[in-house]
Amino acid sequence: MSQISVKKAVETPLIEGNPTFGSITEKISQITETWKVPNPPVWLLGFGAALSLLMLLGGSIGYLFWRGIGVWGVQIPNAWGWAIINFVWWVGIGHAGTLISAILFLFRQKWRTSINRAAEAMTIFAVMCALVFPTIHVGRVWAIYFTLPFPNQMGMWPNFRSPLLWDVFAVSTYFTVSLLFWYVGLIPDLAILRDRAKTKARKIVTGILSLGWRGGNRQWQHYEKAYLILAGVATPLVLSVHSVVSFDFAVSQLPGWHTTIFPPYFVAGAIFSGFAMVLTLMIVVRKAYGIEHIITMNHLDKICKVLLATGLMVGYAYTIEYFTAWYSGNPYESFIFKARAGGQYAWAYWIMFCCNVFVPQVFWSKKMRSNIAVMFIVSILVNIGMWFERFVIVVTSLAQDYLPSSWDYFTPTFWDVSIYLGTFGLFFTFFMLFLKFVPMVAVSEVKAILPQADPHHHEGNHHE
Amino acid sequence: MNKDFALLAYFKTPSELLHAAQKAHEAGYRKFDAFSPFPIHGMDHAMGLKPSVVGVISAVGSLTFCGIAILLQGWTSAIQYPLVLSGKEFFSYQAFVPITFELSILGAALFAILGMFHFNKLGFLYNPLFNSEKFKVTNDDGFALGIEVRDPMFDDAKTMAFLQSLQPTDIEMVKEEE
Repeated sequence: MSQISVKKAVETPLIEGNPTFGSITEKISQITETWKVPNPPVWLLGFGAALSLLMLLGGSIGYLFWRGIGVWGVQIPNAWGWAIINFVWWVGIGHAGTLISAILFLFRQKWRTSINRAAEAMTIFAVMCALVFPTIHVGRVWAIYFTLPFPNQMGMWPNFRSPLLWDVFAVSTYFTVSLLFWYVGLIPDLAILRDRAKTKARKIVTGILSLGWRGGNRQWQHYEKAYLILAGVATPLVLSVHSVVSFDFAVSQLPGWHTTIFPPYFVAGAIFSGFAMVLTLMIVVRKAYGIEHIITMNHLDKICKVLLATGLMVGYAYTIEYFTAWYSGNPYESFIFKARAGGQYAWAYWIMFCCNVFVPQVFWSKKMRSNIAVMFIVSILVNIGMWFERFVIVVTSLAQDYLPSSWDYFTPTFWDVSIYLGTFGLFFTFFMLFLKFVPMVAVSEVKAILPQADPHHHEGNHHE
Repeated sequence: MNKDFALLAYFKTPSELLHAAQKAHEAGYRKFDAFSPFPIHGMDHAMGLKPSVVGVISAVGSLTFCGIAILLQGWTSAIQYPLVLSGKEFFSYQAFVPITFELSILGAALFAILGMFHFNKLGFLYNPLFNSEKFKVTNDDGFALGIEVRDPMFDDAKTMAFLQSLQPTDIEMVKEEE
């Protein structure tokens, strides 16, 4: 008896305000059904801005295809520029969504249910943005299908011994599994929308998408099993994807890239930047849609703690790279690390180091973890820092390779910037559509973590 | 011409539904289901359900895709299109690990979902239960026990009396179009 009361005193409720099942249904479903929340101009403004950036992306890519890769700042020795940086950055952001939906599910972290739907949507859209870059950076984009293994008239097959091809398989598998995982999670919520549908069009669309879901326990049984398996396979998948991305670098011979620390270092960085993006988005979404009782300060607090932990991990990786460079006794390795912190790109290195290692340290303080403004600024700074991390890795190693005669300073062009900004258009266009037309919180999962969902709820009260 | 499909009894809380499902199983009913807006802990046991075999199907999918991945990479790299690249072996199994791993995961995920769709008959958009307006509450905040007419134990009067003994808030007969 005393144990129960101690536990209750310590645990803050995951969903505030003691809502009923019906009020959760109503709150989330009505967002997709009416234009009341938020005011239409707010949504239209955001959607319009995103759409303009998307058009910038379309125009820039069109120009890129017309003129060729030369419109970018890439030049020997910097044959890889912003395209690969942006690719790694966007894939990394996606990883937090899978971490929240799969890994936290396996660890029975119930707080994930309030944010997993939106975080998974973020994953899917971020991976779409990421996939833009490898596709357009091949130059002869009409030949991109050469990467796929299928019998063709040329008698040609892809090179399965290349990390770049591993990447094709890893990222496309990741996209497919993330999309399916998200959709499976959506089925019961789409059935809610189907049952509430008033117009013919809504009835048809939600009726088809919900696949005839009834919500009987004979369905829930298989559904929960499949969901568990998906979480179980998505967990090693998410770890493998960024490991494979890091192989693009680590399997090469270049100083600064050819290191065994890359896979775990990349995975930690990916989760770090992804959680920062989740924080940025959730702070805005919970306010705009008035769902602060579902995505609570407690949730934001936990996200900040994850940021702090993963920030320390990347800080450790940055530091241990110097130890390895020194301890290996390899002069090329030592040179490149001296060049990173003190060379021509030192400005980028220290932006990275400050944003990723120093800034998140504010989250040791509970006060900072409950200050929305601080959290928002830190989340933005972390994503800037993580972009610079990839910039530092890609550009510093390439700009000063083995032959001093070929050294050069990398400068981006207008088209580098416009395509990068354009992918924000792609991301936010889809994200705004998601917010408007899809239940942004997993309704059936949130109901399941309410206290009254436990069949022994009343008996528990009785014993007290 | 409509005929009876299932008798539904509605309840207010998950614990009442859990109790009712257990009673229905004990009474010998087999073609019944417990409808709720979310999965209820302990319901599989109360209904006497066997464990789901989705896991087995997923494992089969994973192994199939694993085999396909090894054959695809080995056959193309060593037999169909051998290319000398950096002096590597044609059949360099180490280099085949990442893609084999990714495709095994893809197979596990695809088969888990297809298996779940199959057992749950997802994709069949119509179910006689959808003829009932009241049934819609079970996706919102209602709980219902449904006993199908085709259950061998089903008897209009007896089943009705059984459901009434569980003290539901409402009882409804759902019709099916012939």
